[in-house]
Amino acid sequence: MSTLLSSAARTASPRSALGLLVAIIAVMALMPTFLPTYHVSVLTQILIFGVFAMSIDILAGYAGRTSLGHGAIFGTATYVVLYTVTQYGLPLWAAIIISVLAATVLAAIFAALAIRTTGVYFLLLTLALGMIVWGICLRWSVVTGGENGIRGDIRPVEIGDALSFYYVTLVCTVVLTFAMWRFIRSPFGLTLSGIRDSAGRMRSLGYDVSLHLFLGFVMSGFFAGLAGALYALFNNFVSPSTVALTQSVTGLLMAIVGGVGTLFGALIGSFVMITLENFVSYYTQRWPTVLGLVFIFTMIFAPAGVLGTIRALRSRRRG
Amino acid sequence: MDRRTFLKTTAAAVGGAGLGLAPMRSAFAQTAPIKIGLLAPLTGVIAAGGKEVVEGFQMYWQEVNGEIAGRKVEVIVEDDASNPDTALQKARRLVEQSKVDFLVGNILANTGLAVANYVKGTGTPYFIPVIAADDLTQRQRIPHVIRIAGYSASQNSRPFADWAFKQGYRKVATISQDYTFGHEQCGGFAQTFTELGGTIVQQFWHPLNTSDFSPYLGQLAGLGVDAVFAMETGADATRFAKQFASFGLKGKLPILAAQNMTDQSVIRTLGPEAEGLVSAAHFCEGAQEPATVKFVNDYEKKFGILPSIYGFSHYSGAMWLAESIKKIGGKIEDRDLFLKTVRELELTGSPLGKAVKLDQYGNPIYDIYIRKVEKRADGKLWNVPVTTYPGVSQFWKYDPETYMKQPAYSRDFQGIKKG
Repeated sequence: MSTLLSSAARTASPRSALGLLVAIIAVMALMPTFLPTYHVSVLTQILIFGVFAMSIDILAGYAGRTSLGHGAIFGTATYVVLYTVTQYGLPLWAAIIISVLAATVLAAIFAALAIRTTGVYFLLLTLALGMIVWGICLRWSVVTGGENGIRGDIRPVEIGDALSFYYVTLVCTVVLTFAMWRFIRSPFGLTLSGIRDSAGRMRSLGYDVSLHLFLGFVMSGFFAGLAGALYALFNNFVSPSTVALTQSVTGLLMAIVGGVGTLFGALIGSFVMITLENFVSYYTQRWPTVLGLVFIFTMIFAPAGVLGTIRALRSRRRG
Repeated sequence: MDRRTFLKTTAAAVGGAGLGLAPMRSAFAQTAPIKIGLLAPLTGVIAAGGKEVVEGFQMYWQEVNGEIAGRKVEVIVEDDASNPDTALQKARRLVEQSKVDFLVGNILANTGLAVANYVKGTGTPYFIPVIAADDLTQRQRIPHVIRIAGYSASQNSRPFADWAFKQGYRKVATISQDYTFGHEQCGGFAQTFTELGGTIVQQFWHPLNTSDFSPYLGQLAGLGVDAVFAMETGADATRFAKQFASFGLKGKLPILAAQNMTDQSVIRTLGPEAEGLVSAAHFCEGAQEPATVKFVNDYEKKFGILPSIYGFSHYSGAMWLAESIKKIGGKIEDRDLFLKTVRELELTGSPLGKAVKLDQYGNPIYDIYIRKVEKRADGKLWNVPVTTYPGVSQFWKYDPETYMKQPAYSRDFQGIKKG
């Protein structure tokens, strides 16, 4: 399936993709003019989680390693931003740099421990590592505030209103999406795809598979950390639920719904999930059930996700 | 009943009355319905309590036909999923999309703190009949976050410590869930008890959702203490009570229970192992005050269960709001006046049967019951009063400003007086 996806990705013409991308960015930039404040904050959340889901897709889709520890990496950055600003009064930019650094270091630790495993063992190991972080956040209450988390008005007044923060997030998302896209298209990124398809062959070609996977994981953690830092600004608040397993699962589900191995699919997945959650919960208390059904149907009828299915259909039409 | 049926019935009930009055109304703002955003955990770990939050709150508005001071009342319920991130998102939706006049609700402290942090920026009044986190009405209080009909976590433990000391207990161990709500309830008890001259021999902190209490029970039995202060909520409370009894400790080692442990939401599901448990609380469903009896009967008739702290607090909270709105003639758009009125109101008609008012920090002053779980004539368990401590504030006998100079209770700071 994954090889099919990447071949589909290769056949899509870059120029039309670029045009589409510009159109999407333009639409996103104009959206708030039609929408009330609340929806603007939902859009902001979609973008942040989109970046998060893309960072997971770098590993899941391109390196073939599905991580359940990324929620912890994301949330660690959120914690560090809030902690350093509220406790030490660090300027925000410094706090963000430290937080992304912390997330990257955490990702490096995760990577060092998990990278030799594949498949379900990788899944379980990252899950366990994520749970450790969650446990620390829950029990080390002197630093993390325990169950109650950390609160603080850390978002600067200049971007205090929903609209300006949305634009900041949008710019960050565009830059980060481009960076991630460049990363997976770089020769290094292509070696990750090579490892996914056949680690043995890559090794015999002379690539240091472990090192490449390690760096891939660390880069993915770096992007997850950036998303986490944005989330700190968005909520002005963090609690253990931000580093919990559900956070990792949510990100992964977004990547899956959008299409694993499509990168931009993760943004679509984030859009679909958060919109659905908001829309459905307005009408019924049983919204988790509805979301569950959506996943089941996605898995049955479009296992390649939204973007994956679109690409497959297009390439079939051409061929 | 879900939100839509409630809205329908409210609209139907109010429709007729509203039509007749319509021509007399002048300003548009005051004829528009009062919109209340109710946040309740309808899914997640505390979903059962969330359902009772909604029931209790709506029960009051139904009694007044969904109308107060000539204005319709529209309650918009949102599910906070027992998760602070979701709570925050739903609070945003209620304030920014549904444009509610104020927010009420939440159960878990972390959801309440997240919402409180959000309304700090918007200025939306936020009322918390269940959220007990001490600091919301102490060190980190926000003027428009008011704990109507609620209590602060360490408030009830203090008279309880006094009572325990008077029973002759001198050496007590505590066992508690390891999170802020537990730290604060234990802290209130430990500080007062040791200041009276008692000793806290040891404190056990266990993670939420502990399935096996045997390691703790074994140690508790061997400490040679006079009593155990137990702070457990939800399923942990049920498991603790059952395992305590099956270890043969019941009857030998007295339990001093934090109020959640013998709340209806817990003892409803328990049998003889809960009988005789003593706790301290402002609400006591077995009290013989006529107002309490009436409320408990009405509630039981309507929902088939005895009211828990969740149902009671939100019923009283609704009444508190309604009385305040009535007092200002429905002019809820004047936020400052509304908040001032809520803060200064002396609520006389609540199910407690006694007048209640807030201290100057926005937390109610109560007559605290020491209560005991007993079997009612029909076999249902309920709490009946043993004795009462009148006029207990969140600061007990301390001077508020001096008190707030000490750190907030945590696992590491329990206010224990040495020597």
